[in-house]
Amino acid sequence: MSKTLFDKVWDAHRVHSIENGPQILYIDKHLIHEVTSPQAFRELELREIPLFRPQQVVATADHNTPTKDQHLPVKDELSRKQLTQLSENCEKNGIRLYELGHKYNGIVHVMAPELGITQPGMSIVCGDSHTSTHGAFGSIAFGIGTSQVAQVFASQCLLLTKPKSMRITVNGKLRKGVLPKDVILYIISKIGTNAGTGYFCEYAGEVFENMSMEGRMTVCNMSIEMGARGGMIAPDQTTFAYVKGRKFAPKGEDWESKLAYWKSLPSDDQAEFDKEYAFDAEDIEPMITFGTNPGMGIKVSENIPSRDDASFEKSLKYMDFKKGESLIHKPVNYVFIGSCTNSRIEDFRVAAEFVKGRQKAEHVTAWLVPGSKQVEQQIEAEGLKAIFTEAGFELRQPGCSACLAMNEDKIPAGEYCVSTSNRNFEGRQGQGSRTLLASPLLAAATAIEGKIVDLTKFLN
Amino acid sequence: MEKYISLSSTAVPLPHENVDTDQIIPARFLKSTSREGFGDNLFRDWRYQKDGSLNADFVLNDNRYSGQILIAGHNFGCGSSREHAAWALSDYGFKVIVSSFFADIFKGNALNIGVLPVQVSPAFLDVLLKTVQEHPQTKIEVNLEDQYISGKPSEDKEHFEIDSYKKTCLINGYDDIDFLLSKRAEIELFEKQQELARVSD
Repeated sequence: MSKTLFDKVWDAHRVHSIENGPQILYIDKHLIHEVTSPQAFRELELREIPLFRPQQVVATADHNTPTKDQHLPVKDELSRKQLTQLSENCEKNGIRLYELGHKYNGIVHVMAPELGITQPGMSIVCGDSHTSTHGAFGSIAFGIGTSQVAQVFASQCLLLTKPKSMRITVNGKLRKGVLPKDVILYIISKIGTNAGTGYFCEYAGEVFENMSMEGRMTVCNMSIEMGARGGMIAPDQTTFAYVKGRKFAPKGEDWESKLAYWKSLPSDDQAEFDKEYAFDAEDIEPMITFGTNPGMGIKVSENIPSRDDASFEKSLKYMDFKKGESLIHKPVNYVFIGSCTNSRIEDFRVAAEFVKGRQKAEHVTAWLVPGSKQVEQQIEAEGLKAIFTEAGFELRQPGCSACLAMNEDKIPAGEYCVSTSNRNFEGRQGQGSRTLLASPLLAAATAIEGKIVDLTKFLN
Repeated sequence: MEKYISLSSTAVPLPHENVDTDQIIPARFLKSTSREGFGDNLFRDWRYQKDGSLNADFVLNDNRYSGQILIAGHNFGCGSSREHAAWALSDYGFKVIVSSFFADIFKGNALNIGVLPVQVSPAFLDVLLKTVQEHPQTKIEVNLEDQYISGKPSEDKEHFEIDSYKKTCLINGYDDIDFLLSKRAEIELFEKQQELARVSD
């Protein structure tokens, strides 16, 4: 029988099926961080259950870490306690931890692929909804709640109902200035924030085949923003070349046998999906969101649509935008380039290329937050830091930062922020903040101009 | 986990669509390392003004409404995987969330901690919302055993779906850890087979 990429990986991890019920899925890698793990550790302690496979768990501190003065003790008491708790829990249970300051520390969805922890054909979970990022390698990767974190601690397995399958195909060639972020924002704006609920999504077609691994991660990262638990892209030469030689990548004979297996993973030609969408690359332009969910996106050259429903109106009221108006020339005081969606080296390269030789607008605060220590170092090594600093941007230290504003990096109430992160929910970047999601290129251009610009016109 | 069978309670209407987990519990309150106490900050930025005073326009501050059931708009719980959202609802006192559509991770998290997500048709949701808004004293009955929800006094009634495994768990107060631990031998066998498959490659 023909199988999809998802079927192949799922079936290879199925331990048991309950009649008319869920299945037991084996988890290869369990990534944890400071915010969603302490209660799970506590649960196991209370029930006197030991961690089943601690060597398959990897920890990092990212959500609640400062992005300045990381060498100093963390100022906020609760944050410090949460980080200490993570260190203690990892120490006690024999879990590998890349704590604050470690040379491999970073956002969990940036550092794990970077170290070769993420590999094709794996099942990967983390108490974070953007775990879908790792699907870029052709793995089944999804976010879980803390009760499930405890389940994986206890059994290295989860009880799950197999999701339905969905495929989004984008063929053609992307226009100049259109980045992977625009592709996913475009898709979500077309199909909505819950089109993927109950599904695992495979992205297929020329656009994804021609995309770098970092671009694929950006796309898969936002699968959850259309409701899909995860997104996947078939592993190919681009994937293998990215994984090869990384710290935890298979070596020697192991590499050869894994490679042969990975090559068998792409969906069979005749495989059927429960739901399919197709888009044309030529139709995609630089995107921006205007509302309070990631589905409320438009081409930056378009006007805000008109819809007569209470939720839409509530959203526009929060953003202080009007139906039918254009966002071009709207003044913006904050720009954030970072988050597990767009904080990899390619994101900073594309921003630096635009910024080079220019100055940010005086009224703009522009934060650059690398996804990991390794990205931070590379920014410096490639000379990008100098470009940004000369342009007046502030390069901070790695972490989730203003994507969710758990730490001090908050956008003030009422302010607009053009952000490369993944969510524009009310108050997401700080109480009362107003987020406009966009690509690192549009974010960089906004910082320079101090207002939203029609990037397409600008580039030509 | 506490056993759950059925309840009859007044309800709180929250007709907004796409209520995301950042609204249910904003990230700045996720610094706690325990599961308790999140109810105080449930819907924090809707419930309170910036100066900390109560927002009289928000439904949780409306004296007419109270109860163990929250009736919410389409796509409730979208966004992050934070179980803190389900903890906050539970800690505040909600035992049932009714909507015409739930986000995946939230739904699973709720079931895992014994908060019942009841998915109804959009038409029935409208009826329930209207009934509760017009008659806040209306008792809504949620019966897990027989899988129905009804809004007295009109006796409008609708069947709801729930995975039979999860239903058994809720009724008996079991959780997935108990079940997974009972399958330990099978899991270890699976690991051995995987290992053998690797060696024979």
